[in-house]
Amino acid sequence: MKGFGIVTTASSAEHPTRRDFLFVATGAAAAVGTAATLWPFISQMNPDASTIAAGAPIEVDLSPVAEGQDIKVFWRGKPIYISHRTKKQIEEAQKVPLSSLPDPATDQSRVKEGHDQWLVVIGICTHLGCIPIAHEGNYDGFFCPCHGSQYDSSGRIRQGPAPANLPVPPYQFVSDSKIQIG
Amino acid sequence: MSGPSDYQPTNPALKWLERRLPILGFMHASFVAYPTPRNLNYWWTFGAILSMMLAVQILTGVILAMHYTPEATMAFRSVESIVRDVNYGWLLRNMHASGASMFFFAVYIHMFRGLYYGSYKEPREVLWILGVIIYLLMMATGFMGYVLPWGQMSFWGATVITNLFSAIPYVGDSIVTLLWGGYSVGNPTLNRFFSLHYLLPFVIAGVVVLHIWALHVAGQGNPAGIDAKTDKDTVPFTPHATIKDMFGVSCFLILYAWFIFYMPNYLGDADNYIPANPGVTPAHIVPEWYYLPFYAILRSIPNKLAGVIAMFSAIIVLVFLPWLDTAKTRSSKYRPLAKQFFWIFVVVCVLLGYLGAQPPEGIYVIAGRVLTICYFAYFLAVLPLLSQIEKPRPVPNSIADDVLAKYGAKSGKVASVAIALAVAGAVFAGGTHDARAAEGQEAPPAQKWSFAGPFGKYDRGALQRGLKVYKEVCSNCHALSYIAFRNLADPGGPGYSTAQAAALAAEYKIKDGPNDQGEMFERPGRTADYFPAPFPNEQAARVSNGGAAPPDLSLIPKARSYERGFPRFIFDFFTQYQEQGPDYVAGILQGFEDTPPAGVSIPSGSYYNKYFPGHAIKMPKPLSDGQVTFDDGSPATVAQYAKDVTTFLMWAAEPHMEARKRMGFQVFIFLIIFAGLMYFTKKKVWADAH
Repeated sequence: MKGFGIVTTASSAEHPTRRDFLFVATGAAAAVGTAATLWPFISQMNPDASTIAAGAPIEVDLSPVAEGQDIKVFWRGKPIYISHRTKKQIEEAQKVPLSSLPDPATDQSRVKEGHDQWLVVIGICTHLGCIPIAHEGNYDGFFCPCHGSQYDSSGRIRQGPAPANLPVPPYQFVSDSKIQIG
Repeated sequence: MSGPSDYQPTNPALKWLERRLPILGFMHASFVAYPTPRNLNYWWTFGAILSMMLAVQILTGVILAMHYTPEATMAFRSVESIVRDVNYGWLLRNMHASGASMFFFAVYIHMFRGLYYGSYKEPREVLWILGVIIYLLMMATGFMGYVLPWGQMSFWGATVITNLFSAIPYVGDSIVTLLWGGYSVGNPTLNRFFSLHYLLPFVIAGVVVLHIWALHVAGQGNPAGIDAKTDKDTVPFTPHATIKDMFGVSCFLILYAWFIFYMPNYLGDADNYIPANPGVTPAHIVPEWYYLPFYAILRSIPNKLAGVIAMFSAIIVLVFLPWLDTAKTRSSKYRPLAKQFFWIFVVVCVLLGYLGAQPPEGIYVIAGRVLTICYFAYFLAVLPLLSQIEKPRPVPNSIADDVLAKYGAKSGKVASVAIALAVAGAVFAGGTHDARAAEGQEAPPAQKWSFAGPFGKYDRGALQRGLKVYKEVCSNCHALSYIAFRNLADPGGPGYSTAQAAALAAEYKIKDGPNDQGEMFERPGRTADYFPAPFPNEQAARVSNGGAAPPDLSLIPKARSYERGFPRFIFDFFTQYQEQGPDYVAGILQGFEDTPPAGVSIPSGSYYNKYFPGHAIKMPKPLSDGQVTFDDGSPATVAQYAKDVTTFLMWAAEPHMEARKRMGFQVFIFLIIFAGLMYFTKKKVWADAH
């Protein structure tokens, strides 16, 4: 009992008595009740139902995006670059040796089969979260102005402090000219 | 503080801290070793209960403030989105709203305890005055908190109470403008009330610290009203008072849980589920129950300024109590005359509370004036007189003697007093229900609802049929803007799958945009969209409906009620009857009559309805037999439509009802077991003290 800061008047705890069982049971009930009461207070900070609903998958029409052009859409509050890559960009991306990449990944693993002219990446630098600028930098990809990270035309980190490639969000092709993100 | 402390830490880290900031020794002296009179009864547990309620209100309030938007066009909706969308939002909101009532319930018991046992007498005058300050701060906090949901009662209560200050000569109007931040209650008022409502509880906490400090200097009072003289008179605060307080708290929590989980709107006003409308005043403006006695006093005086002065004086007079009642005997236990007048005073307060909710007409006005005089007479005439003329009975020699003498005799009295207070509380609280005065109105017939009672559930079939009725009939004029298509797939609702909800959503055209050309466009609905309104704005709604705007139906069963009357509203508290709204809605739908009764004339453009207040409703009879066919073969009758659409609308108003009742059951089981454990623990801990 001293552990709880509760001082009993006569503590002769040689044999566990019925009194001790009662105290333990009450203490346990109080602990369980407190934990059960605290849970809603913590859970309420998680995204609420309308935020989750607003984060439902979106469809993006790719037909207006010309070759060499890219657009930025928002999904779940994050900017997503959709690039219509030129043949030159695709070849450059495919030819890069994996050993030279800080975060090795093949270009094919970052695009959908049969649609490799489309690059869909989350435009958040994996260093500290700024939005890289498209069509900038030495690798015809993205350049982050905050601390100088440079990504290539597959969105892979090539130089700079960022540790990882630009993440690819979950998406699929609904038709040749339409994707669903999420 | 006072009290011997033998606290000497052995742990080197604690010794290090103790030398620099002796907070542990301080805590030990104040709350562990602190000598507590051993004859305290359960009325003394309310201090701990109040401390807990302050903590609960601050905790739930800070969390609600994470989701609430204090802006006039968004406040009401933000509260609804807390209740509907935030995880456990409905629970947090109910805890905070019911918590305010429980806070005041506890403070009134605490104050009446002080009155009865002379807790304000020498040397506890400052302790008492600090308590009055806490009470005033609580009233200000509660008033501002009630404004925040920005319902009809929020807005008009704010208007009435802020207008009180215009009674002050010369500077009154300027003060009111300063309070409003505008020419009427509006967004600036709401914003500053939110800021102050967040601030004041922390001011209260500071004054509570002073209050407990002042208490510890004098030592606690006790039922015998005599000072502790020897060690035999007291026990250490921990574990004796700590465990006893925890038992009191666990019983209090049971009552609190009753409101949170089973009667969350019993103490509230249906009108506050209507968004604030500066153009329409509710028929009866009623403050929350804890202000009712003072509201009655205010209305009793026919002069504006005098009424305001009387109302504030009713609270300020408490400050002077130590100098009005100068009797040397503290506890009314030994003052037979004072005891009787005390109970008369309690009845006066309860009756004033009841009157505060009645319309200020007829006998209520006379009764209010008589009772106001009685209220002030108790403090200004009775108590001073009794100090002079009363011959008290002899008090016990010591607290220890008092404990030995009273053992066994007390419990019955405490129980009967507790019951009396419970009934009084119910009269008080239910008094607010009478504000929806009948004016000769017939009450709609009470229906059997599947969702009524502690184990009530929504009938899935009724919800789906009701949705069909809404879609095919009501949605032509009435919006349902708080319900999103995704809600149709939520647990505890109509039970559609996400795919079905998406298909239903896709049937609707939702306005969206602007697109890259800068134009608005239409697209098929998605699950995240809300049911679209039939009219783009209120003016268009009025034009198409003979000048009356059809109300949004999302909250209608909670925004309507009818008078239950005494003593039905007392029984309602125990039977959990709270279906006034659904009964009213179903009654309206079936209450149309082609020819009004003799002598009743209905203006052209309106229709006669048995249950609509005033009988002239602008909505034509919306339902007729055979209008909607149900796939499950349910009868295509008006009665069936009314029942089903009302069930659907009740779900729309309270989508989480089933989860609320389910959690309530679990909480009750736990609390009853916990209270039992605490009872036996308390008995064991006190076994050596008796």
